[in-house]
Amino acid sequence: MIRTHSLTKRYGRVLAVDGIDLDVREGDRYGFLGPNGSGKTTTVRMLLGLVFATSGHVELMGHTVPRHVARALPDVGALVEGPAAYPHLSARANLRLLDAAGPAGDRRSRRRRVEEALEEVGLADVGRRPARTFSLGMKQRLGLAAALVRRPRLLVLDEPTNGLDPRGIREVRDLLLRLNAQGTTVFLSSHLLAEVEHLCTRVGVLDGGRLVSQGPLDDLLAPTGLTVVRVGDPAAAAAMLDGVVVRREGDEFLVARTSVDELTRRLVAAGIAVQGAWPQQRTLEEAVLELTGSGSDEVARR
Amino acid sequence: MIGVEVRKLFGRPRTWVSILLLCALPTLVAVFLAVSGVGPRPGEGPTFLAAVLGNGALYPAAALGIVLPVFLPVAVAVVAGDAVAGEAAAGTLRYLLVRPVGRTRLLVSKLVSVVLFVLVAVTAVAVSAYVVGTSLLGTAPITSTTTVSGTPLTAEELAVRTALMVAYIGWSMLGVASLSLVLSTLTDSALGAALGGLALLVSSTVLVTLDAADAVRDYLPTRYWLAWVDLFREPILWRDVERGVVVQGVYVGVLLAMAWANFTTRDVTT
Repeated sequence: MIRTHSLTKRYGRVLAVDGIDLDVREGDRYGFLGPNGSGKTTTVRMLLGLVFATSGHVELMGHTVPRHVARALPDVGALVEGPAAYPHLSARANLRLLDAAGPAGDRRSRRRRVEEALEEVGLADVGRRPARTFSLGMKQRLGLAAALVRRPRLLVLDEPTNGLDPRGIREVRDLLLRLNAQGTTVFLSSHLLAEVEHLCTRVGVLDGGRLVSQGPLDDLLAPTGLTVVRVGDPAAAAAMLDGVVVRREGDEFLVARTSVDELTRRLVAAGIAVQGAWPQQRTLEEAVLELTGSGSDEVARR
Repeated sequence: MIGVEVRKLFGRPRTWVSILLLCALPTLVAVFLAVSGVGPRPGEGPTFLAAVLGNGALYPAAALGIVLPVFLPVAVAVVAGDAVAGEAAAGTLRYLLVRPVGRTRLLVSKLVSVVLFVLVAVTAVAVSAYVVGTSLLGTAPITSTTTVSGTPLTAEELAVRTALMVAYIGWSMLGVASLSLVLSTLTDSALGAALGGLALLVSSTVLVTLDAADAVRDYLPTRYWLAWVDLFREPILWRDVERGVVVQGVYVGVLLAMAWANFTTRDVTT
């Protein structure tokens, strides 16, 4: 659905995006991760033809961007860096106006499609109120509705849950899962790791304009080969496991070169109670921090 | 898309308020004239005002003479300056572009709606001034309606010449609109675009009156703005009107080309 080839964007002396090769496949729930200022939004804007690449190549649903972007965009729903609406118009009027502005917005079904989109994001009851009276969360929902009006095959969403409360986040996640199950490819750009961890099947991690990792989420979270064990008698365990302990935190040990089975057998044989043992698995947060270093919003690193 | 833009512009209270204000000033002037009966002496004050006392049919021309130097350019510059920069500032520009609306198409729609605004505004001023003029200042017998040159003018002739004047002023305002539209594609501040356009117009007005700038005077955008007065001479003095149309046309052409070239190649980062 989306392929880029050494996509690069340079603003003056700053290299915002540095030769990235994205590969988003049909049916994916793709999470595009990275700290603030890592080039996520610039990339999204290049995918949609808003920003012109300095070099490199973008293919959006088989069409070259920016030259033929107009052929691909009717099948794309997008939310780019926050929602926007005409403040004096109602949610309904905003959606109808936007739908009427471009191609592939069938006039006869417009009313129905707008109602369905509002229904889907939970704004049906406030569709009449002018958008300027909306809260941030409601504006966000309106932006999502605008992306859904034409039943796109690809959703490109930049921070879609920004400003939503926990229930709203849950609703949006369920909505995206439902749409994905119906065949919509979802490209989600976010710095919220939990959001991506809950939703996405594949991830790309951006750092300082470079794509430092891309692949299935499960690969990123693969076991590290270390074993975590919690014991009743830490002092005895420490003596016994001397040499293989990587790290100790209270009564919890991180142990190398030993499987869960073998470790528990040895500890129990030595009369040390085992409260729990499991293979260590990184959280997405740890994986991403490892890939991107500690920095965010740091300019000096470039 | 053009329909959408026109709906957007005229669905806005702001648009109608500015047109209303444009009509209000000439109305106010007419009220003062009618109440006091004191007009400026010929050759003084705004163009034509001396002639309209007792002859309301000529008031549309006088009214446009009143709003032309400042009010009308301000209104046009605000609308044109808002065209692209306003959308950019509100963030709606990116959603229009990914809708997708082609950039050229968007610019053309904006231009058409601005032109429509100019026509509606100029016409509204002319019509309201006619109504106010004929009801407050009275209609003189046809025979005494005269040109600036003092020869009589029939009602039909007057109508034709007023229509020509509306068209000429509309064309001049299109120059203002083009200027602000260019700036509107360069900045994300609607106010900046409008004020920038006005600043350039004021500079032009200053240079026109400056003898030292004689060499460039004839090429300044505001040089022939008042040439429409010549439409009310007998016979009509076409020379300045024609030059004005040509100079303005060159400005409109060049500025719109600049707006297009800039807008279709720039990064939209708002």
